[in-house]
Amino acid sequence: MSEKSQIIPVWFFVGVLFLVYGMLILGSGLAEWSHPADTVLSNLHAPVWWGGLLILLGGVYCYSFRPSKYR
Amino acid sequence: MTLLFAAAESTRLVRLSGIDLVIIAFYFVLVLAIGFYLKRFAKTGEDFFLAGREMTAWVAGLAFVSANLGSLELLGWAGSAYQYGILAVHWYWIGAIPAMIFLGLVMMPFYYISKTHSVPGYLQLRYGSAASGLSAVTFAIMTILMSGVNMYAMAVVMKVVLGWNLNFSIWVSSLTVGIYVAAGGLFSAIFNEVLQFFLIWFGALLIPILGLYETGGWHGMVARIQQNFPGQDYTHAWTGLGHFQSNPMGIHWTGIVFGLGAVQAMGYWTTDFLVVQRVLSSKDIRSAKMAPIIGSFFKMAVPIIVILPGLLGLAVLPMHLVPASEVHAGQYSYNEVLPLMLARYCGPGLLGLGITALVAGFMAGMAGNVSAFATVWTYDIYRPFLRRRAADSHYVSMGRWCTIIGLFISIGTAYLAMGFASIMDYVQALFGFFIAPLFGTVLLGMMWKRVTKAAGFWGLLCGTLASVTIFTLMKIDHRWVGVFALSPDAKGLAQDMYQALWSCVTCLVITVLVTMVTKPRPDEELRGLVYSLTEVAQEEHTTVFHRPLLWGIVALLVLVGLQIIFW
Repeated sequence: MSEKSQIIPVWFFVGVLFLVYGMLILGSGLAEWSHPADTVLSNLHAPVWWGGLLILLGGVYCYSFRPSKYR
Repeated sequence: MTLLFAAAESTRLVRLSGIDLVIIAFYFVLVLAIGFYLKRFAKTGEDFFLAGREMTAWVAGLAFVSANLGSLELLGWAGSAYQYGILAVHWYWIGAIPAMIFLGLVMMPFYYISKTHSVPGYLQLRYGSAASGLSAVTFAIMTILMSGVNMYAMAVVMKVVLGWNLNFSIWVSSLTVGIYVAAGGLFSAIFNEVLQFFLIWFGALLIPILGLYETGGWHGMVARIQQNFPGQDYTHAWTGLGHFQSNPMGIHWTGIVFGLGAVQAMGYWTTDFLVVQRVLSSKDIRSAKMAPIIGSFFKMAVPIIVILPGLLGLAVLPMHLVPASEVHAGQYSYNEVLPLMLARYCGPGLLGLGITALVAGFMAGMAGNVSAFATVWTYDIYRPFLRRRAADSHYVSMGRWCTIIGLFISIGTAYLAMGFASIMDYVQALFGFFIAPLFGTVLLGMMWKRVTKAAGFWGLLCGTLASVTIFTLMKIDHRWVGVFALSPDAKGLAQDMYQALWSCVTCLVITVLVTMVTKPRPDEELRGLVYSLTEVAQEEHTTVFHRPLLWGIVALLVLVGLQIIFW
């Protein structure tokens, strides 16, 4: 197996980015749940469901392209 | 682009919270970590300059689109959508999709089979040193100038939107790009471009989602636009293009179809090495053909995060935006529509994500510029003209140094642009001078084996000179606009389209004429370089669903469907 075939796929890094961002955004959404930011449609609590979506996608990418699969 | 400078005078639009800053900081840490991780894999010239030709069609396709998806593109076209309405979408659909499919199905096999490192490298094989040298030098200069000018424009945006110091924005973001590209070469640039592609989408996608929710869908948005701007048509892509006067852009459909679609976009997407380099990194010829076609589907969707926010701005923003040159205290320019929409819907966390998307877009564009510059300098200028025979490791080292040096020249250009704001528009126009004639030269070279070395060089040179001359004449005397752009009502973008068209026509005519009076090269020298002497694999052993031709046709059908829907 060549050295380059052991490169961690870019999709894993995409997963890490989404996972970390998802947790940060979900966390901030939950923290401001009772007094949301002064933005239009803040009643929809977009940070909560958008953060949740990012965590879901990030988790799937991290698991599917985990580095241990390519060693 | 000059508009962005004037915008610097207005006050900051948004204020970031702690969580937003953490999100931005994490992005910088991650891209640097990826650069250092990939450094160990970028050992040979092939690794550093072409990512080892190991990329899958998906990765190469996303990087191909992402290298073009800079933040100025996002901000500028969102602003254009606010100013001109849905007409701006032509620069994504007519102005990209046919060219991407053409690149994948027709031109990519020649680039790939010839094993060239770059577009000037193909010209070297097909036409020899004169045409290749001319193309390489102009590309290197323009790439580095554009990189610096874009860097400064982005720093201005960061100042306007966030109140950041110009020097801070320029140095932090450009040094980050320089470090990760110098470390991992094209590997690193492509990895980060894919990352940035997702970031841009997920950072900006909430704006159209929440915007359409607020307006009650597309029809609600159209109704609100008509209410806010009575008597103006912002939501039909073709109906106003019958006359120069009947649309806000001052453009005729011939300019869109022939100038934009057939020449300028074809030239950009098929011969601008910045984007073609990403596809050359593909692992095999089928991937190289599929990459631009995969990219075309994503490109078709980009208006969702760029054009739609501009249209939604027309519908929901309480104030009317104005040209940057007319901004007074308390007013906002067209170019600020995307940050305004971001601030409208996104609180802490989401705002950080959106701003990171803008920064990522800038860095993707810059990484594209410096990696393309390093390749063209090393392989098309340094190796053939300065040091012909050296070890592969020497050229890799040159590529790394060149990345850093190119970056510092870009920073210098950025500061130069500060002193000469109007120079930016001219530099951008200058960049366009070389693309349209280059397309004529490359296309004729691939399709017609009779074309000679001298014809390639003189066609390229005369096409470029024609472009410069037309541009200059139209700038110094408006009467020339009526001659070259077919109507005195043609505005800036329309003039660009006709300038591209005439320069390409000049290139083609001169190339054909010189070919007729010069001696052709023997067939043996042209195998693998021209259509009639090259056997291109037809993917007979793959299933029909893996064939580029099928997906190219599907992309074209979707494109036609979109034109009908938004006619």
